[in-house]
Amino acid sequence: MRALILLFHRESSLAWGRGGGPLLAVGFFAAMTVMFPFAIGPAPERLSAVAGAVAWVGLALASLLSLERVFERDFDTGALDLLALGPLPLEVVCAVKALAQWIANGAPLAVAAPFTVMALGGRPDSAFLVAATAAIGGLAFAFVGGAGAALALASRRGGVLIALIVLPLLTPPVIFGGTAMSNFAFGLHWQTGFILLCAYTLAAMALTPFAMAGACRNALS
Amino acid sequence: MIALLANPYRFMAFSRWAAPILASVAILLIAWGLWLGVTAPPDYQQADTVRIMFVHVPAAWVSMMAYACLGGASFFSLIFRHALADAAARAVAPIGAMFTFMALVTGSLWGRPMWGAWWVWQDPRLVSVLVLFLLFIGYLALRASIDDEAKAARAAEILALVGLINLPIIKFSVTWWNSLHQGESVMRAGGSALAPEYLTPLLLVGAGYSAAFGALWLSRTRSEVWRRRAASLQLLAALS
Amino acid sequence: MTALTCVEVTDLTILRGARALLGGLNFRANAGEATTITGVNGAGKTSLLRAMAGLIRPTDGAIRFVSVQGEMDAYLARREHCHLVGHADGLAPGRTAREELTFAVCWAGGDAASAHDGARRLGLERVLDLPVRQLSAGQRRRLVLVRLIAARRTLWLLDEPLTPLDAASRALIGEVMHDHLAGGGIIVAAVHDPLPIPACSIMVPG
Repeated sequence: MRALILLFHRESSLAWGRGGGPLLAVGFFAAMTVMFPFAIGPAPERLSAVAGAVAWVGLALASLLSLERVFERDFDTGALDLLALGPLPLEVVCAVKALAQWIANGAPLAVAAPFTVMALGGRPDSAFLVAATAAIGGLAFAFVGGAGAALALASRRGGVLIALIVLPLLTPPVIFGGTAMSNFAFGLHWQTGFILLCAYTLAAMALTPFAMAGACRNALS
Repeated sequence: MIALLANPYRFMAFSRWAAPILASVAILLIAWGLWLGVTAPPDYQQADTVRIMFVHVPAAWVSMMAYACLGGASFFSLIFRHALADAAARAVAPIGAMFTFMALVTGSLWGRPMWGAWWVWQDPRLVSVLVLFLLFIGYLALRASIDDEAKAARAAEILALVGLINLPIIKFSVTWWNSLHQGESVMRAGGSALAPEYLTPLLLVGAGYSAAFGALWLSRTRSEVWRRRAASLQLLAALS
Repeated sequence: MTALTCVEVTDLTILRGARALLGGLNFRANAGEATTITGVNGAGKTSLLRAMAGLIRPTDGAIRFVSVQGEMDAYLARREHCHLVGHADGLAPGRTAREELTFAVCWAGGDAASAHDGARRLGLERVLDLPVRQLSAGQRRRLVLVRLIAARRTLWLLDEPLTPLDAASRALIGEVMHDHLAGGGIIVAAVHDPLPIPACSIMVPG
């Protein structure tokens, strides 16, 4: 238990990076949000129709941004050896890394998301749902993305390879969360999408640590 | 059957005669199925363009089967550390990608006369196949980008298994997504309420494609085994 | 907690890429003994240490951990009785030396106080609050070696531990190693130069 807290403290401080971590993700997210109206045109009806979707996709991409560093940094410095040989099973270590990644990046993004949606003309009363969807979806992105990052460790090719592996796997949460948000915007039934998203996130949190640990062991061997 | 084939020597002996036989069976079945499909009466709604279905739908079936085979071979390789299973997994991936690509292209060709567009999002099967294509590409990219063969094999196996577990969820989510936006129930001709004149050629071509898949997979696995043998002989020669 | 008394390596072969390394290596490292592993670069010294630590699975042969009560479970032995100090530091450049040291020591079962004492013994007191990236190579290596003193474990697997250190630091580490062996510890070190303590040497065929 003490080891768990110790590791969590280390991972959060590394992911937070003295403010650099969330700044990068939120900055990218904000920049992307600005780009869309430039591309679509300033007409409010068109923008508000896609507000939720833009925020959701932006969230997915911003989450992928900082994934590289989750494992590669420790792999390069040799710290991953230490973590793999420690008191906690490697599966738990990987889960803690993904969780810390979410807290440092996903949670700030979840706070920024409602502002984005409203800036693009979404309904103000959707703010709570957007934040909740972004928070839960962010967890799924962090864990599935973590699996991709661990798999790409052995390749040293990082970035784009991780995105290529991970994006098709993220189809379900993108569909569930995006549908929940856009249905809410049109006054339709949104609860199913939201519940499915929660179910997916729970499953991802339970299962992906095994894939992450297996991939790390492979890269370390 | 699998236990019988797990022995590399038995596999090589088996596949030497099995692959050509499967290939002949495949050609036979596909030719027969397509002939029946071409001579079947035209659909009242889609006229002659329905015939592309006989090429498209079985390709979609086989592409999903191919991923399941990839997942199965990866599972055996990962859990039992079986070299032949790994060779089989490496061999099946490009075949699966090819069938998936074929399904996408023929689906697009089918769609053009029907919906007037080269691609639509209304068909859940087509969209699932698109995501499946991306999964294959991701697998091939990961395998190709890791230099150490053993590490590449292990990482790719894990990815294949993660993809296999995700596949039903992806299918479900895409179908659900589509059902929410009730458009014209377009692909009904590809649905279960098929007239027997259509069902028989479809099943024949499906069986033919499966046989072709089997033949291709067996022969690619054989060449993968030969490649590994050649590589280790080369290494032995270099070291001695 | 039963103490480790001996590590046995029997007929060990490891496959790296297409090359088979070590060629059936055999040796025994007993309590109170230091063993140095020598050989050309690429012969497999690092792979041997990593296999002993459990990161690499050997293709052939066995690694056994023995205690007074007989053979010890390898997983348990590696988690609780073994330190691996690799080539690389394992230190995150952005954090301070104190933070990284405290983490590494507590992770291995020690505590912050023993970490500080260890740092003082190795002469690192003044640099503890600097970010790791500002430390010299020798200071970083000493920081990593503090873990050995601060969290006591029987088996030390060291991969070229003294390379970036100057003569004074080497002598200091030699003392540390001597104390460790005197207390019943085991040292297995991959080196290019001899250790500052007496050790039996195993040559890995290249």
